Amino acid sequence: MSTPATTDIKPAPAAPPPIEKIKIKVDGREIEVPKMMPDWQGKPQPTTMLQACQLAAQEVPHYCYHPKLPIAGNCRMCLVEFGTPAMGPDRKPVLNEDGSSKIAKSVLPYEPGTPRGAIACATPISPGMEIYPNSPATKQMREAVLESLLINHPLDCPICDQAGECKLQEYSVEHGQSQSHFVEAKVHKPKAVDLGPRIVLDDERCILCTRCIRFTKDIAGDDALGIVNRGSYSTIAAWKEGAFDNNYTLNTVDLCPVGALTSKDFRFQMRVWFMKETKSLCTSCGTGCNVIVGSREEKVYRYEPRQNDAVNSTWMCDSGRLNYKWINRDDRLKDVVVRGQKSTWAAALKEISEKLAKAASGSVAVLASARQTNEELYLLSKLAKKLGAVTDSVPRVGEGDKLLVSADKNSNTNGAKLTGIASAEMGSNLKKIADGIRSGAIKTLVVFGEDVTKHGIGADLLAKLETIIVSDILPNATTATAHILLPGCAHAEKRGSFTNVKGRVQKFMKAVEPKGDARSEWEVLHELVHNVTGQNGFSSIEGLFNQMAKEVPAFAGLEWAKLGDTGVTVPI
Amino acid sequence: MSQEFRLILKDADQPGYTPDMECYLRRGGYDALKKAFAMGPRVSPDGGTVSGPEKVRKEVLASGLRGRGGAGFSAGLKWSFVDRKSGKPIYLICNADESEPGTFKDRQIIHKDPHQLIEGMIISCWANDVKLAYIYIRGEFPQGAKLLNAALAEARAKNFLGKNILGTDYDLEIHVHRGAGAYICGEETGLIESLEGKRAYPRIKPPYFPAVLGLYMCPTIVNNVETLCHVKHILTMGSAEYAKLGTPNNTGTRIVSLSGDVKRPGYYEIEVGKATIGELINDPAFGGGLRDGRKLKAVIPGGSSSKILKAGEVFKLNRKGADGQMTKVDVPLLDLPYDFDSLQQAGTMSGSSAIIVMDDSRDIVECLANLGEFYAHESCGQCTPCREGSLWISKALHRMTHGQGRKGDADYLVNIAQNIQGRTICAFGEACAWPVLSFVKKFKEDFEARGAADEARNAADK
Repeated sequence: MSTPATTDIKPAPAAPPPIEKIKIKVDGREIEVPKMMPDWQGKPQPTTMLQACQLAAQEVPHYCYHPKLPIAGNCRMCLVEFGTPAMGPDRKPVLNEDGSSKIAKSVLPYEPGTPRGAIACATPISPGMEIYPNSPATKQMREAVLESLLINHPLDCPICDQAGECKLQEYSVEHGQSQSHFVEAKVHKPKAVDLGPRIVLDDERCILCTRCIRFTKDIAGDDALGIVNRGSYSTIAAWKEGAFDNNYTLNTVDLCPVGALTSKDFRFQMRVWFMKETKSLCTSCGTGCNVIVGSREEKVYRYEPRQNDAVNSTWMCDSGRLNYKWINRDDRLKDVVVRGQKSTWAAALKEISEKLAKAASGSVAVLASARQTNEELYLLSKLAKKLGAVTDSVPRVGEGDKLLVSADKNSNTNGAKLTGIASAEMGSNLKKIADGIRSGAIKTLVVFGEDVTKHGIGADLLAKLETIIVSDILPNATTATAHILLPGCAHAEKRGSFTNVKGRVQKFMKAVEPKGDARSEWEVLHELVHNVTGQNGFSSIEGLFNQMAKEVPAFAGLEWAKLGDTGVTVPI
Repeated sequence: MSQEFRLILKDADQPGYTPDMECYLRRGGYDALKKAFAMGPRVSPDGGTVSGPEKVRKEVLASGLRGRGGAGFSAGLKWSFVDRKSGKPIYLICNADESEPGTFKDRQIIHKDPHQLIEGMIISCWANDVKLAYIYIRGEFPQGAKLLNAALAEARAKNFLGKNILGTDYDLEIHVHRGAGAYICGEETGLIESLEGKRAYPRIKPPYFPAVLGLYMCPTIVNNVETLCHVKHILTMGSAEYAKLGTPNNTGTRIVSLSGDVKRPGYYEIEVGKATIGELINDPAFGGGLRDGRKLKAVIPGGSSSKILKAGEVFKLNRKGADGQMTKVDVPLLDLPYDFDSLQQAGTMSGSSAIIVMDDSRDIVECLANLGEFYAHESCGQCTPCREGSLWISKALHRMTHGQGRKGDADYLVNIAQNIQGRTICAFGEACAWPVLSFVKKFKEDFEARGAADEARNAADK
């Protein structure tokens, strides 16, 4: 349908309304800050003192405040001394001799000599306000709060899993005092409380900031946690012991600023300061939550969410977080195996290259996994195009939720589609491949990361093939039948990129070395593509990605370096 | 000689007077409501002239009525802060969670004259366009809740509540909600949280000022029982006549709860500022003096959280001289007029108007230990300084009263208390810090002597 040309002329988009700014002083330096800033839900709200201090590069220590949670204001760690322009009886600002506004510091109404702090996390700024994040009064307030938080704390850092990433430790060093006045007996509270299947609570370490309660109620939508008892005897509790069991419970371990909430999976496994942190992605579904892989000496110990507001905010689901153990499995494929005999990459690649180069057009089928990287899928599709191969991937549909979990259980469905390796309706070519094998038209099958016996290509069909080339990470029925078996890498062992369900192209870094003789698939494929097609490509992941961006229309304009840590969204 | 002036409790203790509506009506009950309804049309949707409700609000403001709950804030001003343009319903809550130690005034009204409270509430609700109101009553007042519910049923039957009250287009319902036994539920935002079915954790201000974001995030008025009763009398008498009661800026009457070491503890209604602390303690019409042979040691003038005053203290008060100039005048403790402003100038507060008298048989450290235990038990535990500090204070005082004191404990206590006051979400921080700060400041030698004695004895025992 055509429309008159005139309607296509759109008026120039109106300039966005200018951002209203407020002039304030932070630690003696004047700064202009926006009047409104996003709150935990992203809605514009009056800018708080804490946000203003962050803009002024002045750290205000805090426990209960979290940018993605509703404000509680209970820890009092962010108390800061402040002042506002003094008003005369005529309600006009009182001026100093130099014409500047006289500042009335906030004091206790009943004790005008004593400064009265405000909690920076919840107090909005006003024009002319002065915030003193480093004044003696502010420092004294912090010292006092820290002393209060520590009087009943067990001080068991040597056996605490949080040690090394504990805000109580950090702030005690930065803002605390070396001694306490406290000479009374400490309050004793329950230890090792079984809050839920994945969480243990130490009530004595808890500082009652309620981050875990707020996250569970307001983000995860589960009213499982609350506080019982009163005053200094208050404790966090699930409504029933062990009842804290939704798919997001482990986020409370990240949120917990102290060692009160620990992960049953991670506790007592590794000291955090020994671990290497690698920016990576979760591969358990199509959401592609950004994670940090914690590893030491080539072993992965944990995933933690990494902030990406376009994808996962600062959260991830428990099932994804705990889905790393297969990386460390003992039965990982570690050897290149040719017809049952351990072989070498050189020999195997030579044989594959020769076979594929000689293969008649249409006699090869390529089954790639939608859990492979964009780069690998791109190289496979180049190979397939040269061979005139039938290609496809295997769809995986499961249950999703409203927060993060996608119903698409492949980590790179869009990558498989955009590189052209998957058929338009993913999986629809599987039958074609099976029929091709049955009729004898397809003589060679190249499989990456899938057990085809579960997807309509059974052992009987596999037996008909002349050559089965399989690359995988863990053994399965397909790898058992492979003539040539290539050990592959877990994503934590290589670099690459995925395209998530919303078209976010995100890269991930290598955390640990591959197991045994395993090699990154993209390196292997790069060599195969060169041998079979004669085309030389880039031998670095950066170059390969940039080349792919030039050749695959959907990725046009992308550059590896410009993906940054949080990726770029492409139209899908 | 000062005498009681009974306005609120005029009928309550009369022979034969019961909480039944019949009694109340016989004595002119609900006439003030009818008077209010007759004051003019209700606010028309398109605005219009000064409406009846607005007139009532102006009357309350002009009367100078100050809140009888503890802070002594102008009731009329409090009403004026209510956000009337939000489009949300406005709620009114009667704070009947009377639990400040030493205070037993609201329960007299609830138990003896509940209809007076209900009438005051209906007028206040009408004046503020409230369609739904609550009475949040302390859980320990089961009889009070029963009486209020019975009185509300009577009022409904007579169409003082419900739809089209007394033939007007005004609808109002009042519900009684019983607390579950926590002092903090008397803090207005804690009360609101509790009423919403949550833990009574006081809310942070900003942003949760009840007048804007109160019950269910709607504009809300929270008034004390006695305050709401006064609204009825302001309507009956007219604000000008009412303001003649008491003293300037301290208008009306007040029910004083007098307890401790006096011969006649009890509740006494006085014109605000027309009786001194000395008269309240010593006059035969009030406390009747200390027990024979005892001397006054100290007075807690406004509920347990107000700062203690020491016998023999002299305060500098602002007084308007004959020439109209303000001058500082020396006023001894016993001559201190019992009103909001004088006590504030004396460095304390009239709070919930509960006077606790202590004679020389009292050990000041033991007294503070008693209060400290109360505040440690009642701290809600939401924010750090109070949660940890209140129990810390209590433990230190427990230690001191069990033979393990130290000479330095006086400063130790002050240090803890100073780190609580002004740093908490609600005024409970002050409530638990002020007794400590004032007791130690005024009786430091008692604390030090006790600590020194313990240290000496413990050293000798070694």
